[in-house]
Amino acid sequence: MTTTSVNPTPSASPAGSAQPLLEIKDLEITFTTSNGPVKGVRSANLEVYPRETVAIVGESGSGKSTTAMAIAHLLAENGSITGGQILFEGRDITHVSEKEIRVLRGDQVGLVPQDPMSNLNPMWKVGAQIRETLAANGIAKGAEARKRTVQLLEEAGLSDAERRAEQFPHEFSGGMKQRALIAMGLAARPKLLVADEPTSALDVTVQQQILDHLDHLTGELGVAVLLITHDLGLAAERARHLVVMYKGQVVESGPALQLLQDPQHPYTKRLISAAPSLASRRLVSSSQRAEIREQAQENAPVHAEDRLTSPVPVSDTMAPEFGYAEPDTDAVIEVQSLTKSFPIRGKVPWRSTPFLAVDDVSFALRRGTTTAIVGESGSGKSTVAQMVLKLLEPTSGRVLFEGEDVADLRGGRLKALRRRVQPIFQNPYGTLDPMYSIFRTIEEPMRLHGIGDPKSREAKVRDLLDKVALPAAMMRRYPNELSGGQRQRVAIARALALDPEVVICDEAVSALDVLVQAQVLELLNDLQAELGLSYLFITHDLAVVRQIADHTLVMEKGKVVEQGTTDDVFHAPQQDYTKRLLAAIPGGSIPLAGSETIDVEAPEGLADETGGEGDGGPDDIIDPFAQAGHV
Amino acid sequence: MRSDAQNSRRPRTEHWVAPLAETPLQEVDAVDTTGTPRSLWAEAGRSLVRNPVFVISALLILFVLFVAAFPQVFTSQDPGFGDLGRANQPPGPEHPFGTSRQGYDIMARTFWGARTSVIIGFFAMIGSTLIGGTIGALAGYIGGWFDEVISRVTDIFFAVPMILGAIVVATRVGEMSMWTVIVVLSIFGWTNVARIMRGAVISTKSQDYVTSSVALGAGSGTVLLKHVIPNAIAPVIVTATVNLGVFIVAEATLSFLGVGLPTSAVSWGGDISDARDALRTQPSMLFYPSVALAITVLSFIMLGDAVRDALDPKARKR
Amino acid sequence: MLWYIGRRLLQMIPVFLGATLIVYLLAFYTSGDPILTLAGDKPISPAVEQRLREQYNLDQPVLIQWLLYLKSVLTFDLGVGFNGRPLWDQIAAAFPTTFRLAIIAVVVETVFGVAAGMISGLRKGKLIDTTLLMLSLLLIATPTFVLGFLAQFVFGLQLGIAPINVGRDPSWQNLMLPGFVLGGVSFAYVLRLTRTSIAETAGADHVRTATAKGLSRGGVVSKHVLRNSLIPVVTFIGADLGALMGGAIVTERVFNVPGIGTLLFNSINAGEAPMIVSLVTLLVIIFLLSNLVVDLLYGVLDPRIRYAK
Repeated sequence: MTTTSVNPTPSASPAGSAQPLLEIKDLEITFTTSNGPVKGVRSANLEVYPRETVAIVGESGSGKSTTAMAIAHLLAENGSITGGQILFEGRDITHVSEKEIRVLRGDQVGLVPQDPMSNLNPMWKVGAQIRETLAANGIAKGAEARKRTVQLLEEAGLSDAERRAEQFPHEFSGGMKQRALIAMGLAARPKLLVADEPTSALDVTVQQQILDHLDHLTGELGVAVLLITHDLGLAAERARHLVVMYKGQVVESGPALQLLQDPQHPYTKRLISAAPSLASRRLVSSSQRAEIREQAQENAPVHAEDRLTSPVPVSDTMAPEFGYAEPDTDAVIEVQSLTKSFPIRGKVPWRSTPFLAVDDVSFALRRGTTTAIVGESGSGKSTVAQMVLKLLEPTSGRVLFEGEDVADLRGGRLKALRRRVQPIFQNPYGTLDPMYSIFRTIEEPMRLHGIGDPKSREAKVRDLLDKVALPAAMMRRYPNELSGGQRQRVAIARALALDPEVVICDEAVSALDVLVQAQVLELLNDLQAELGLSYLFITHDLAVVRQIADHTLVMEKGKVVEQGTTDDVFHAPQQDYTKRLLAAIPGGSIPLAGSETIDVEAPEGLADETGGEGDGGPDDIIDPFAQAGHV
Repeated sequence: MRSDAQNSRRPRTEHWVAPLAETPLQEVDAVDTTGTPRSLWAEAGRSLVRNPVFVISALLILFVLFVAAFPQVFTSQDPGFGDLGRANQPPGPEHPFGTSRQGYDIMARTFWGARTSVIIGFFAMIGSTLIGGTIGALAGYIGGWFDEVISRVTDIFFAVPMILGAIVVATRVGEMSMWTVIVVLSIFGWTNVARIMRGAVISTKSQDYVTSSVALGAGSGTVLLKHVIPNAIAPVIVTATVNLGVFIVAEATLSFLGVGLPTSAVSWGGDISDARDALRTQPSMLFYPSVALAITVLSFIMLGDAVRDALDPKARKR
Repeated sequence: MLWYIGRRLLQMIPVFLGATLIVYLLAFYTSGDPILTLAGDKPISPAVEQRLREQYNLDQPVLIQWLLYLKSVLTFDLGVGFNGRPLWDQIAAAFPTTFRLAIIAVVVETVFGVAAGMISGLRKGKLIDTTLLMLSLLLIATPTFVLGFLAQFVFGLQLGIAPINVGRDPSWQNLMLPGFVLGGVSFAYVLRLTRTSIAETAGADHVRTATAKGLSRGGVVSKHVLRNSLIPVVTFIGADLGALMGGAIVTERVFNVPGIGTLLFNSINAGEAPMIVSLVTLLVIIFLLSNLVVDLLYGVLDPRIRYAK
């Protein structure tokens, strides 16, 4: 980690003596909505001193971005500052004119926005968009601006900057776009850089590189940074001073380490204990997992009578053995040399090149246990899930469910498989049919399979809602009335309606706020112990894996690079890629009382994010599913 | 908290905590059980009722429908009775809107004309929506080469503008009956519905809840009818509403050109065509059927606009 | 980009063939014998009937007839009309007038539509926006011929600043009023499209980023809002040129403009099927061509398509 080396500010200097660069006092921001005025931020206070990095941490809706956007008057049209003050270099800029604030934008306050995909104008070349910043702030014009633009892009860590400047945003990978946005934010050498979740849309390894680079640059240039993030670990690692926001208010602020090690406000405590990337949880999780697993395996249903066929003896082709052996349980799902290739359209339609999304993947999911597949975007992890669910046909290889090849299943027997293997998907907003009430949503699987009568089905729905800790009154509501976490609970209830044996969670908690995420993970663990479920858990988030998985597979570019027990993968990673992933977990090396830290040296060599031609970067691999709909 | 910030300027590195009383902790992901459950349609309905455009257009449409159903309430004259002896009369006590060149009572024709327009508009809308909806849904859902073929067929019909297609048919058939007009308008008017349905189905079918349903064991027919179409139907409803107005205009245009309904039929388009030479002498002859036509069409187009606002997915609570 | 053009061209071929086939079949085969319909109630001699059948290739199988007909359309050799003048000469004489009319209409909808749409989109929810929206609804709801009569009444009779009837060999000036009327409905559509598009783009992330860079409001609007939001508008206007040529039949009838529309109308009244089919086919071809141009234009305007694989 580079934290200490890139934060040049001596820890004592700003205290009391120097004038703060930015001072926000009792800020109140109100949004006018169709339901009347809503206060987005209430009495928020914070200060940023020159050359220092301050992070605002909070969940979605905490008002962290709103506070930051208010500085340069970039609030949405329905939002306005209704109280308090914003002082920049001692000057009150709370209500200055549009003209005056424009003088500040760019060369005093720069912005690195959140989502690299939507923050570059697709119509203009990247270079032109940076030159524009230079011209608007009267820094350079014409040929000189051109030269400066290339320098800026190079400075932001973009290789081959001269050619890149003449390209359009769609030719850039996500990481490259974010670098261009950093170049843009720093182009006019602002005194304060507002970085609004600058990397949350990117893969962890890319995220780390870019944040390292940003740290380094702002340190060298002496730019103060106001970092907005939902990730406490990341904030603690990058900032000297933390500001925790909750429901529009600042609840706690202080020096990063002190705040983490000795949190005072109950919300901060809650946030720290839930943050999957922070160390405090790690030690317990491992022993807890063993307990959950044992209980689950006891409760695991052994449907000898309704097996699809008699069990096939485990053959030699079986996946490599995991570190521990429990001969009394056999694999529920076994995947053998699974391979999937998609044709990728070439320059001409008749010449398509096969793209190996999944390349020779083998593993076994044992009854009552959880196997996690971890990988970054484009690793093929979700494609594996799709094939296990038989939503996609493998190009070669087999998926065995209790010893039987699922490829052979048709009609009634396929329906029987569907009943026993259930998915939970990522996007809580897409996973429930908005037209179906919660009751109808959970009842649907039972009706499809002709289970029970209306009365018994209703009883079952009540029971399921109870299992996922939702009140029965929820039944009559519709998905649009529920929060993301609640929708994901309903999705879990629906998946459990048919009493499945295996649940496949495809990034099931990735879209949720940390506290809600922790809650849902806990629920999944409890249900596993109670019902003896087996989980196949697909995720990009190694920190989450730690809390839920017994076995872990690490995938990169369609291949399994490492697999073993979760403990082994975390403590004794064998492959460089795994080490890099582990090292990239933000906050992983921050020492907290009563917990272990992950100390993995990142291996030499970078992730290939910068080397891409727009088609080589890991986040640039064409998603075959996204294309399937279009002609 | 306020006093804390103002009274004592806290030194920079201090660890500061907000008083708990001012920042109470709430339950994580608390469940809100207040208020009555509301489906998306109910939400849309609520926002519709609060939209003045909707209220005005709905009242207008109710009025037009009432006129179409009971024109005799508004006029006792027979719209089919032409007496050359009373032709070209200006508005007066006996004929409040005056009489036409053929001696028809313009008021009677104006009110009775609503029936023709409403029937043709309504059934052509139903016909085109059924054709276009089915074709678009299947093309979008099945995809692949089937979609490619259907899309080209849609392009073919799209390339023949509705009025031109109807003119060609009329050339062969001669004067058209009301049902012929409906069929012709449906055949040449379904393409925009098909395109919109196709697009909506394609974006809906990639949603996770559709995949979930497949993984639950639902067949493709069930998935299409129970999940995809109900979620893709909103933009089609908007288009169909606007189309109703468009079909009314199309029928009037055909009658105006003399290739629509026979001259004996009561149609605003035909009446306007007949009255075109009276522009200098008696503009009221043109005025009444024109205003009736415009108001009727306007009410449906406004309704479509209001419904679009209510069903706009971006306005939905996420 | 090359593949994009090639694909569009390839897709157009079946559409062109299909559309002309439909028009042809509708015109000649919907009901009864085309020659007998052509002749109307008058009895015709077998010799004349035979000559007519040969003239229109009706003695051949249907598909051959259609292909021969296509050939005659593509070689501008359409045969002779009822009045003895070659069909193509009549069309060629009427075409420029309608084309001028359509050009006026396109200019009207572009200049006024885009301007009004910009005002509306940038002042969303304000009084001017509401007013313009209501105006657009009114225009869309008013059939072209009603709008035409209204324009004649106001500008021709009351104000006396434009002729009611255009007459032979019209000047650009005389075509102004019909041109405005023809472009009226499209103006409303362009207004609404521009408004929606601008309002959407103005809320885009990259516009906020541009503002954060320190650009002036004018700079943000002209460089980042307008350019992005006008692409759908430009494509609509391009495709509309073809639609306007077809729509001119009503406007020309109202203002007695001696163009394609009047020719079509007269042929309908005379029951001159070959002329009707030729004209409709011509209009369909123009429609398809303008759509093709729009597709290509789209590729030029949007770098994501221009540089696509």
